[in-house]
Amino acid sequence: MHHVVLDQWSRRASPLHRRDPRSKIIPLLIFLVVLATAHRLLPAISAGLFAMLCTALLWARVPLADVLARACLVLPFTLVFAGVSWIAGDPARAEALVMKSYLSALAVLLVVSTTPMPLLLRGIELLGAPRFLLMVTQFLYRYLFVISEEAQHMRKAAVSRGGSFRAAAGALAVLFARSYKQAGEIHNAMLARGFQGRFRPLSAPHFHAADAAFLVCASSAPVILRIALERFV
Amino acid sequence: MAPVIEVHDLHYHYEDGTAALGGIDFQLAEGEAVALLGPNGSGKTTFALHLNGLLRGRGSVKVCGLEVNKENAVVIRRKIGLVFQDSDSQLFMPTVIDDVSFGPLNQGLDPREAAERALAALERVGMASAAGKAPYHLSAGEKKRVAIAGVLAMQPSILVLDEPTTFLDPPAQQALISVLGGLPQAKILITHDMPFAQALCTRAVFFEKGKIAGEGTVSELVERFGWNGNLRQ
Amino acid sequence: MAALRWHDSQNRDTLETKVHIPDGFLSTPVWAALDMAGAPAVAVIARRAQRTFDEGKVPLLGVMGAFVFAAQMINFPVGPGTSGHLVGGALLAYTLGPAAASVVLTAIVAIQALVFQDGGILALGANVLNMAVLGVLAGYLPYHFWGRTRARRAAIFAGGALSVLISAVMALSELLLSGVRMPGGVLGISVGLFAVSALAEGAITLAVIGALERIQPEFIRQPAAGRSYALGAVAIAAVLLVTGGVLLTSTSPDGIEKLGQARTLLSTPFSGYGIAGLGSGWLPKAGAGLLGLGLVYGVCLMIGRRR
Repeated sequence: MHHVVLDQWSRRASPLHRRDPRSKIIPLLIFLVVLATAHRLLPAISAGLFAMLCTALLWARVPLADVLARACLVLPFTLVFAGVSWIAGDPARAEALVMKSYLSALAVLLVVSTTPMPLLLRGIELLGAPRFLLMVTQFLYRYLFVISEEAQHMRKAAVSRGGSFRAAAGALAVLFARSYKQAGEIHNAMLARGFQGRFRPLSAPHFHAADAAFLVCASSAPVILRIALERFV
Repeated sequence: MAPVIEVHDLHYHYEDGTAALGGIDFQLAEGEAVALLGPNGSGKTTFALHLNGLLRGRGSVKVCGLEVNKENAVVIRRKIGLVFQDSDSQLFMPTVIDDVSFGPLNQGLDPREAAERALAALERVGMASAAGKAPYHLSAGEKKRVAIAGVLAMQPSILVLDEPTTFLDPPAQQALISVLGGLPQAKILITHDMPFAQALCTRAVFFEKGKIAGEGTVSELVERFGWNGNLRQ
Repeated sequence: MAALRWHDSQNRDTLETKVHIPDGFLSTPVWAALDMAGAPAVAVIARRAQRTFDEGKVPLLGVMGAFVFAAQMINFPVGPGTSGHLVGGALLAYTLGPAAASVVLTAIVAIQALVFQDGGILALGANVLNMAVLGVLAGYLPYHFWGRTRARRAAIFAGGALSVLISAVMALSELLLSGVRMPGGVLGISVGLFAVSALAEGAITLAVIGALERIQPEFIRQPAAGRSYALGAVAIAAVLLVTGGVLLTSTSPDGIEKLGQARTLLSTPFSGYGIAGLGSGWLPKAGAGLLGLGLVYGVCLMIGRRR
């Protein structure tokens, strides 16, 4: 399953894994903005940014080829639009779509494959996102596999009942009811251990000098690359 | 010595009016281990949910001398810990240590103390090495032990376990028996597993259609009700 | 328009119109403006949901979000050799209420982007607005107005259809506004596909609600009583007009300039430097994008932190 692989990568050990999530999120956003706003010399800039990402991936000790392949998930959607743009006489845009969407996906993968999801969400919360929303996302992630496994069973049952529209609707209704019931059990388990309306976090990640240094370097690298290319080429 | 649990004439009806519990009288002495036996749907789990106030019926339920009601709910949930049948519903936090710390954090401990308590509880059940792991990495037996640790971390006087050996293979069952055998708390074990009940419990109570139909040792009840765990002879 | 499938299925074509826009498609003014609009919207909705529910409802919303993912695996035959699946915005709105449904869908959009590389990060504002805000709203409105009348089943069908249609059309419009090429024929086919998917979602939503009513009617919320047909018609017409208007404006050749002049829907203080312009001076634009994000950040801190 996709998210299991990602989860495994995110729990490895490397200097990049050890960085505070905030020191990875902010450079990611800057990288994405630098990429999104690039128009002139896009191929050169893309090549430079690609090299940066690959270097970081190697440093992070995650399987490079696998990550590069996984970023290709963006391509089916992108290639359709790129193809249409090409045929409509705008090859530059076609290239831009492919390069930008692939590199953006790769950059996100770099962060997600070096930061376990709960820690990433906590980092996003510390940067100001609403806590309620992030807790919902955390629980969604936790139970994604659990409910999907149940859905597998339901699917087999629906298919064995003829795979009709009605059978599928019935299967979904049962899955809904089961999910709802499990949510109730989770709530009971929370209450049984003293939950009083608010989740209390166990820890906040500490921001160290190494994190600050990384943040500065990783944020400036794409900016410097782009300025350099645009000024001197 | 005063009993740690005193239930007197407990009645409970479902919303549609059917009787779930029809007048239960029950006592648990300090340090005692009692098995709740009986067919599915006979009211064992419903009864257990009254002990920490997740359900409220007619009659008197006292835990450690305190009446189980809304005002006392939080205090009572520190004294009595419930381990539910479905470990996935109980381990709802992203990692083992997050989950086991949930109870202590709700009790108002600061994060450092909560983490210490959590690790101590994990040591007790032999799962300290799994502290950083995510729940889906664990086997059924490991999840069950972590769930017990989550309850132990709150330092309760009473443990209630609902069908703890379901999904466990024989080695895991043995591990569970030795863990539970080494805990000083009073215990209520809802189970269909006769060897398990016999290994841990000095007394047993037989539920039938919402009432207690008999009391005695595990082997006495097995004989009296022809009960080999799942089939009524 | 295929959303990316993360699970293998049988060998059938699957109709999918969850359009999660990746990064690299939207032009800077578009994604920046939508991030600026989307983030406060999410903050307000999240706070509202939190106030109504307290954090005890977090497991329910999280688990139902997982349900929506898992529901993708159940195939509904909608035509010869074609199957569809539930997208779920309307269903969630009818069972959890629209605010909770918005929060769940926002979480879903986030997980899709982070874990499945389906949808971009800078594009989150757009995707969240399309699916979690406008899609849910469009899905819920018919039910809100007609859910207690004899037209109830029609309302549920319409809600399901509208939630998918509106999200897809908005996404398409945003792409067109950003200058993504789409010749008329392709555009027509796309809108046609959206319409078919919308009808499928309407039918699937109705069928699932029906099945839920048979097993546990309490799952489905009752809308408040005393709604007028007229008000409902007007509200839905408004939503359709706005969406249609955006689509039309974005497809007309000088639509981009018109929009720039109008400065209504998507205008920002920074659009003065030229919405259609792809010229040099990226630093101001990037700076504008970042400044916009910074403003959003500030606003959200103010909204979200007041507990």
